[in-house]
Amino acid sequence: MQRLHSRGTSVGIAELLVGKVTREPIADPRLRADYIVDSRTANWGAFCTDLHGYSAVLVTGPSLPEDLPKHVPIVHSISQLEYLADGDVIAIQPSGNVNVLYRRNSHHNSILMTERCNSLCLMCSQPPQPDDDSYRVPIILRLLDLINAECPELILSGGEPALLGEDLFAVIEKCERQLPNTTLHVLTNGRLFKDARLARRLATIQHHDVMLGIPLYADCAQVHDYVVQASGAFEETLHGLYSLAEAGVPVEIRVVLHRQTYERLPQLAEFIYRNIPFASQVVLMGMEMYGLVHQNMDALWIDPIEYQDQLEEATLSLARGGMRVLLYNHQLCVLRKSLWPFAVKSISDWKNTYIATCDGCVVREQCGGFFQSGVKRHSMHIRPFLQTP
Amino acid sequence: MAGLTFYDRPHFSPAATEYRFLPFQFIDLDDTRIVLVNEVGEHYVTDRPHFDAFIRKSLDRADPIYLDLAAKHFLYNGDSTLPVRLLATKYRTKRQFLAGFTNLHIFVVSLRCEHSCQYCQVARVTSDRAKYDMSTETAERALDLVFRSPAPTLKIEFQGGEALLNFELVQQIVHSAEQRNQIAGRELEFVVATNLAVVTDDMLAFIKNHNILVSTSIDGPAALHNANRPRPGGNSYELAVAGIEKARQALGYERVSALMTTTKLSLECPEAIVDEYLQLGFSSLFLRPISPYGFALKTQIRTGYDRASFLNFYVRALDHIIDINRSGTHFVETYAQLLLRKLLTPYATGYVDLQSPAGAGINVAVYNYDGDVYATDEARMLAEMGDKTFRLGNVHSDSYEAIFGGELLRTLVTASCVESLPGCADCAFQTYCGCDPVENYAVQGDMFGHRPTSDFCKRNMFVIKHLLQLYHGEDPYIRELFWRWIQQPYTGVAEYKG
Repeated sequence: MQRLHSRGTSVGIAELLVGKVTREPIADPRLRADYIVDSRTANWGAFCTDLHGYSAVLVTGPSLPEDLPKHVPIVHSISQLEYLADGDVIAIQPSGNVNVLYRRNSHHNSILMTERCNSLCLMCSQPPQPDDDSYRVPIILRLLDLINAECPELILSGGEPALLGEDLFAVIEKCERQLPNTTLHVLTNGRLFKDARLARRLATIQHHDVMLGIPLYADCAQVHDYVVQASGAFEETLHGLYSLAEAGVPVEIRVVLHRQTYERLPQLAEFIYRNIPFASQVVLMGMEMYGLVHQNMDALWIDPIEYQDQLEEATLSLARGGMRVLLYNHQLCVLRKSLWPFAVKSISDWKNTYIATCDGCVVREQCGGFFQSGVKRHSMHIRPFLQTP
Repeated sequence: MAGLTFYDRPHFSPAATEYRFLPFQFIDLDDTRIVLVNEVGEHYVTDRPHFDAFIRKSLDRADPIYLDLAAKHFLYNGDSTLPVRLLATKYRTKRQFLAGFTNLHIFVVSLRCEHSCQYCQVARVTSDRAKYDMSTETAERALDLVFRSPAPTLKIEFQGGEALLNFELVQQIVHSAEQRNQIAGRELEFVVATNLAVVTDDMLAFIKNHNILVSTSIDGPAALHNANRPRPGGNSYELAVAGIEKARQALGYERVSALMTTTKLSLECPEAIVDEYLQLGFSSLFLRPISPYGFALKTQIRTGYDRASFLNFYVRALDHIIDINRSGTHFVETYAQLLLRKLLTPYATGYVDLQSPAGAGINVAVYNYDGDVYATDEARMLAEMGDKTFRLGNVHSDSYEAIFGGELLRTLVTASCVESLPGCADCAFQTYCGCDPVENYAVQGDMFGHRPTSDFCKRNMFVIKHLLQLYHGEDPYIRELFWRWIQQPYTGVAEYKG
């Protein structure tokens, strides 16, 4: 699993600091405030002659290099820095915590907009927190200044990002301004967009490539509302979907598969085809074994091998209706062969892994593998394909 | 995560109030099953005991059938506004064929023909061009009207008689329409309906250069085709097949389609007709009954047949087509294809003879060689028999507003809304069907028609139910096949719009 944070001892850092990692000296001192120097560089000598204007320096060793000027904020004794690359954006807290906000070499960059949520999904991998965390917004806006313009895709997640209201739109507006080539994927439960004004507000940004990923867990309120633990959520989400569609905002339907959702999956597929044929795509996802799942394991766990009938019927019926269907988080050895063409290697690289059983499997490279969190509990039917199936 | 409270499923059940019905109709599917259809064409099959429980409002809220019926908008509970919003959107989607107004414009460029087909309603074997060819002036006036239509897509279809006998006018109309379209900016398409007997290389070069589709006629194997379609030399089939080959070489396979007319002779050999189409390299066949108009009505004894014979023919041909697909050859029956789209998709499927209100005038208009404008091709055939009831006006003497906004067209629309027609208003297959006020008038004497004695009604009731029985039958292959047909683009139906 990819490492995303580390810790060291900070000197001269009084408030949270966001910057872009560099191992190459920046010639123009006026630009240096955006950069944090990674001292593990062959250019260290060049840096030492002129460190003026950089926002901080990262050092792995236990003590400060003797040649380091005194005026620069630093973090030393950092346990590890190998995971950082030039162009990554990190945040340094006065406590010495170093967190990666954006990894230049990854296709899975996700920005946590808020930890607050108006739902409480049984299987939530990011359990909501009630506290006001709007302090994130200026950090995010600063982050957007620093992200590489070539970034192919950004995910805005939560919590429920729409709870930010106008702040969410400010972030999306800035994305459109700063990152004109970046696809934006907003993960929202869509409930607040039942207010058509919000949907229209989003549409006025005219983002060149934004899609809202919205979960729908059943074709009926009683199941959906139970899964998200919120009465009226089904109704609000559908009103939201329609408001967004009427405003011309592209939407994606996301379904997490578990014991509460698999039974009516074929009916849900038909409901989507009949009522939401305008969705850009439908994503059927294996459950991530993370967060609240553990608390609700008995209600949620089902071996994926047991829902292959329903998954096959739902997938093929959506596909024959002309809808784009994607299967996430399913290992090929538990996925019926007819569904392989729909399977996508979707797990974010930093959460992705394989288990010992996978050794020698000839389709491993095609297979999505596991969430790191799924290593402990997974299908009983994981097995390697020793020859091409 | 301590402190989080999760509620059980019953906590989220709908209120224990009595559920209410949303609009739907129903009919027996077979001895044990009933099919329910809602206003947007979603259907649900269930058995009698469950249906009875549903109707008596005694279905349990936890019953999967309750959930099915709620999800498909047959029932709702509480004060939810959601079903109405979803239904309204789906209803609008299903009616999209109305949005563009008249998009198919048929030009009868000549009534002359070198064939004298048994069932043909209109053509004349004559060399009197002055009398039976459309004039340039008439064509230009008709084009004025075509471009007044607000439709984003305009399809101009050349018919006859034999359209190629007045090919100079076809060329002029194409040039003029293309020129007008430089300003109008519509999606402009051309189709020429022809028996291909007189087609030349020069004609095909023009047809290719202007991207014109060719729609021809093949009634079946040579003996049947030639018996149906007499011409000097008795070689209609041979000329058509040679013409198809030539046209395909010039234009490409997908640019040449064929239509079949079912006559009394056809009824004996559905399999042979299907095989003929297959052998000629077509990938679809449209099983159409003969139009009850004009000469066809007059020569009923020779060419006509009763409904039961046609349905028997249809079922045999469809079975044969299914078997052909099963053995690995892709082949579509077009009438089933368009009905299946209505049955199984949320999208609009306009077909002038099978929509509500009918497409007469609002989706199709016919400009006759003499400048008269008719609401449908059948309406002008009726006129050739001396009954000009459905003449909307004349391009030389009437304005666009008078022709396309006048009393007659309004009456046709009013008379063809199945939602309010006696016998249709409470029919389960209403959303899949339509009506043809011109046929009602021709056969039954008034535009509104009489369903209990209507062949149109019986035929469609039978075919729709037959398709539903197949879809919900034992054979999963048929369900798969029907979906494959739906995914196919339509071919071979010049009149199709959707």
